[in-house]
Amino acid sequence: MGHLIPSSIAPYVLPVVYAVVIVAVLPLLAGYIVLLERKVMADMQARLGPMRVGPHGLLQPIADAVKLLLKEDIIPANADKLMFWMAPLVSVTMALLAYAALPIGPAFQIADLNVGLLFILGISSLGIYGIVLGGWASNSHYSLLGALRSAAQLVSYETAAGLGLVSALLLAGSLSMKEIVQAQYDQGTWFIFSVPVGFFIYMVGSIAETNRAPFDLPEAESELVAGYMTEYSGFRWSLYFLAEYANMIIVAGIATTLFLGGWLRPFARWHDHFPGTSLEFFDVIPSLVFLAAAGYCFYLAPKQPVQIQKIVMAAFGAACLLLAGAMAAALFASPVVMAGIHGAFWFMAKVVAYLYAFLWFRFTFPRYRFDQLMRLGWRFLIPLALVNVIDVGVAIILRQELGWSPFWAMLLMTLVTLGIAMWLASEGSKPATTLQPADTEI
Amino acid sequence: MTKGPTTEITTTVLGADEIILNMGPQHPSTHGVLRVKLKLDGERVVDSECIIGYLHRGVEKIAEHRSYQQFAPYVDRMDYVAAVSNGLGYCEAVEKLLGTEAPPRAKVVRTILTELQRIASHLLWLGTHALDIGALTPVFYCFREREEILKIFEKYCGARLTTHAFRIGGLQYETYDGFEEDVKRFCNDFEHRVDEYETLLTENRIWVGRTKGVGIITAADAIALGVTGPVLRGSGVKWDLRKAMPYAAYDQYEFDIPTRPTGDTYDRYIVRMEEMRQSRRICLQAIENIPSGPILGKVGKVLKPPPGEVYHSIEAPKGELGYYIVSDGTTQPYRLRVRPPSFINLQAFRKMAEGALVADVVAIIGTIDIVLGEVDR
Repeated sequence: MGHLIPSSIAPYVLPVVYAVVIVAVLPLLAGYIVLLERKVMADMQARLGPMRVGPHGLLQPIADAVKLLLKEDIIPANADKLMFWMAPLVSVTMALLAYAALPIGPAFQIADLNVGLLFILGISSLGIYGIVLGGWASNSHYSLLGALRSAAQLVSYETAAGLGLVSALLLAGSLSMKEIVQAQYDQGTWFIFSVPVGFFIYMVGSIAETNRAPFDLPEAESELVAGYMTEYSGFRWSLYFLAEYANMIIVAGIATTLFLGGWLRPFARWHDHFPGTSLEFFDVIPSLVFLAAAGYCFYLAPKQPVQIQKIVMAAFGAACLLLAGAMAAALFASPVVMAGIHGAFWFMAKVVAYLYAFLWFRFTFPRYRFDQLMRLGWRFLIPLALVNVIDVGVAIILRQELGWSPFWAMLLMTLVTLGIAMWLASEGSKPATTLQPADTEI
Repeated sequence: MTKGPTTEITTTVLGADEIILNMGPQHPSTHGVLRVKLKLDGERVVDSECIIGYLHRGVEKIAEHRSYQQFAPYVDRMDYVAAVSNGLGYCEAVEKLLGTEAPPRAKVVRTILTELQRIASHLLWLGTHALDIGALTPVFYCFREREEILKIFEKYCGARLTTHAFRIGGLQYETYDGFEEDVKRFCNDFEHRVDEYETLLTENRIWVGRTKGVGIITAADAIALGVTGPVLRGSGVKWDLRKAMPYAAYDQYEFDIPTRPTGDTYDRYIVRMEEMRQSRRICLQAIENIPSGPILGKVGKVLKPPPGEVYHSIEAPKGELGYYIVSDGTTQPYRLRVRPPSFINLQAFRKMAEGALVADVVAIIGTIDIVLGEVDR
């Protein structure tokens, strides 16, 4: 898209436009992820989920947002008012700031920093200050326990997740988010296939970092009521909520960029490896997906019980049709536009798939206990992540110095890592001694 | 941290602060209005105290001012998730006092409904227990099956929860057309459903980690504290009133008493899962031949038991439910005392929670399976 705008102002205009778009769209996106979560949960639990506000609950996020904005704003009498006021702002600001370096498609990135990944990790870790301050300022035991749990958990799992990322960085050789994706294009494979163990470690670590089940101890409803958010209500609460979902999208974005090929289409280099055959029909998929969604909306529209719901459903169908048209039109536009628009589609599709896994885990697993969480982090994930980094290094040496094919080098070292993982797991399942007060780690 | 009305901070010799945390009476996982006062060292429980009585309604005193029949609906409000079992215990106690027995047909129908109630009660326990430990999904599956049982109750007597299904001397209502088919259909479906719950939990590493070795109570301690029901059987004591002192029609049916050796939360979970299967087995045997005949014995309209006293207990879903009634020869009991299983089992909480973490406390409250309506009466 860059060449459409005069080069003299391009460096300033586009980032501002992107930033405005992200800040405007993100709350809506977070709202719809909540709706997705509730619908997926309902589906897994043999019920329907939200059905009242809009057809099939499609307007529920908007109703929720309005309700939260109109709610009474309560600050507990004994709370530290300044901190109480500041804490959610810290959380949400840090969560939004991290989007600056996230490439949503080859064209859609606010700033392509050469230390992009470090920037995102650093900024999103700062969000923990919001949680700890909020828990402290509330002056409530539940909040305090929740905040302390959250801090301990983030420190432990950030380490593991970071080491998981290092294995992909070794292959990419760059910290720039764009170059990491480019490296996956050049090497002809997504890094999830090169370092599956690294992906697994990052996935577990990122669930724990974002306080999602089964690691949702800081807000464990059945123990700590709502953890650090217990005393918050209304708009402040919704800021925390927004920060949580924004962080989920961030970690999904990092995983997508580092392991799932970022904005790359599946089989993007098929024709290079197998000349003559073509998988270009993958380019039609975005249009087909939206077309199918539009068709489904139009199919459901006449079945809605109320006239207004029929109209809303049809409007959603029309919107999907419009997007399908845009995707199709991109095919005939210049290659840069096409890559930008379709790249954004594939990126978001991967992010949603990653988030779906988050939801799936949440409704399947019970919650870890705090000492178990720490044991899993320190005794299993961090050692495994270290071993994985070493093994990936060895694989690179095998490839570069001894001339092994990348496939065999990676396969061998992944098997070695898995073997060590099994040993670590059997060590971890030995009788726990943590029930003795002397052994307390908290 | 400032000193609030419910906050005390004591400093130990080591200089570490112990905090007092009040869980409840309004808390998502105290199953009603139980208040647990925890003394915490970090997240570890140093001491605990259960404070009860927030739901006290003076049920035993009410009994002294109602006739025997009038009091029957009140017992449903004690363990309100197992109203049928409460009704059975009360009706049989009064029948014992009168020196009569229900007709055979009534006994069998009572047995079927009580066993269905046991399944319903255990399903509610399983769902909420899993929810407390963080598994969000089983509760909906459990409620789906519980709903089928409640539908059978509703078809039989018109009520779902506080059913008042039985009368002193037998039953008021004949079984409805299709009762046998409904029970059979439920039992046949239910066989696979229990397996389904187990696939979600039994071998789940997190579930095992959260329940194994948590809230251990030894057989000796359990007996000393008067604990009964699945909690006692989870500690390896094979004691079930349905076998030990058969009542209703239980002597006619084959079933096993599941026990487990260690007495931790996981063992109690396994025991209750197995009990649901055994209840299903009893229902299937009972439904095969319900004897014909009258459903209500001759007890008369005005009940005037001879002066004397009686204690009758049954195996309710949560343990031994006993009724001690003293009659002075009038139409109202002179004194009525209930031995509720939840109240006695709750005594074991302090023992189980010694040295546990905050997260274990909710698992332990869940595993005792209390209903506050019964604890406070």
